[in-house]
Amino acid sequence: MELLVDALIRNFFNVEVMYKARILLWIGLKVTLQLSAVSLVLAILVGLLLASLRNLRNRAIDALIIIYVDLFRSLPTIVLFMLVYFALPYVGISMPPFWAAVLTLTTNGAAYFEEIFRAGIESIEKGQTEAAKALGLSFTQTMRHVILPQAVRVVLPPATSNSLELIKTTVLASVIALPELLKQAQQAHGLFANPTPLVEAALIFLLLLWPLVRLTGYLERKFG
Amino acid sequence: MEIHDLIHYFFNGHVFLETLPQLVRGLWVTIQIAFLSIVMGFVLGLVLAIIRVAVKRSTNTWPIRLLNLPIAFYVDALRSIPPLITLVVVYYALPYLGIYFPRFWAAVLTFAVVLSAFAEEIFRAGIESIGRGQVEAARSLGLSYLQTMRYVIIPQGFRVAIPPLTSRTIAITKDVSLASVIGVADLLKAARASQAFLANPTPLVSAALLFTLVFLPLVRISMYLERRLAK
Repeated sequence: MELLVDALIRNFFNVEVMYKARILLWIGLKVTLQLSAVSLVLAILVGLLLASLRNLRNRAIDALIIIYVDLFRSLPTIVLFMLVYFALPYVGISMPPFWAAVLTLTTNGAAYFEEIFRAGIESIEKGQTEAAKALGLSFTQTMRHVILPQAVRVVLPPATSNSLELIKTTVLASVIALPELLKQAQQAHGLFANPTPLVEAALIFLLLLWPLVRLTGYLERKFG
Repeated sequence: MEIHDLIHYFFNGHVFLETLPQLVRGLWVTIQIAFLSIVMGFVLGLVLAIIRVAVKRSTNTWPIRLLNLPIAFYVDALRSIPPLITLVVVYYALPYLGIYFPRFWAAVLTFAVVLSAFAEEIFRAGIESIGRGQVEAARSLGLSYLQTMRYVIIPQGFRVAIPPLTSRTIAITKDVSLASVIGVADLLKAARASQAFLANPTPLVSAALLFTLVFLPLVRISMYLERRLAK
């Protein structure tokens, strides 16, 4: 037992290694936060745009959006990362790892956000749109002042949970060599021949996302 | 970008046919990992949910209720930590403690525990959606605790649990491709290897198409179930 505790402290919670790896992990954390923030904002915006477009009830636009959503919901995100970073350059489209990751997370996340926002918009009776129109509100005004404020209640729980998933997905950028938290932890693991940085990466995510996990549960219970 | 390049690099028939056997072999590994993880994850999740509800309902004394803290922590931790990090810790860090798993089983174990955390939450919500009166009625009819669970609670709770369970199962099956990161010879790994070998990304595109072929019907079914239950 004592041996196991000793091995655990030496390999998983080694303070000396933590100190040595601090700069590597700090850089990683910053990249993870930047990637999360940029991708989350863009994914929400694109999702919102697509969901609004479906409200126009144009057959062709609907069909395109449905294909997009289905395709991106079916593809494992890591495959998408690899297509963007390793396959697109063959046809002359290449971008640095950070923007490849942003593009992947945004296109993937937007597919889920579109579904969530659409469910929110559809939860509001059609009569309201017509009433707004009769009152002389434009399409944009109807969305902004009538539909969206009500939809928030339906949308908030799944949108929070989807944001959580998106942030967790940023670690996949390690496979395209972006120096985010996991990649940096792996580097430090190799450099110091000690897995403490990997455990640290797990703990940092735990600290960062635990409140969001709790919030998701709370919102589901409150509005569910 | 010329259309000729697009076909040559993304939809190269020759490369496709040459690499298809490897991709199918990879897909079979992906299916095996997914199947084992789902079975183990569901069983573990159900057991944890039953323990948690039983402890919560059986008594109000706090020392016994504390038994649920480790389960709550287990569930929250696995929901907060990205599965890829869990996988890397299981495969690269645990051996330092003398706990060694082959790649295949490291993947199965990781996805099983991650799924069990989500399944526990879903099953618990399902069980708790059934009124206490039913438990009391079953018990007064002489059914044991296990019989009540088996014949009264679980069949009903399962129906509430099916839509979220389906979408979680799809999500974890998609996560199985992460196993390629620790070198498991799954579909994605096979595609990457062929791509590097032939300097042509067609295998990657083929893998994407194979995944779509497998998952698209599942995604559709899960969306249908969600909508039906919502009504």
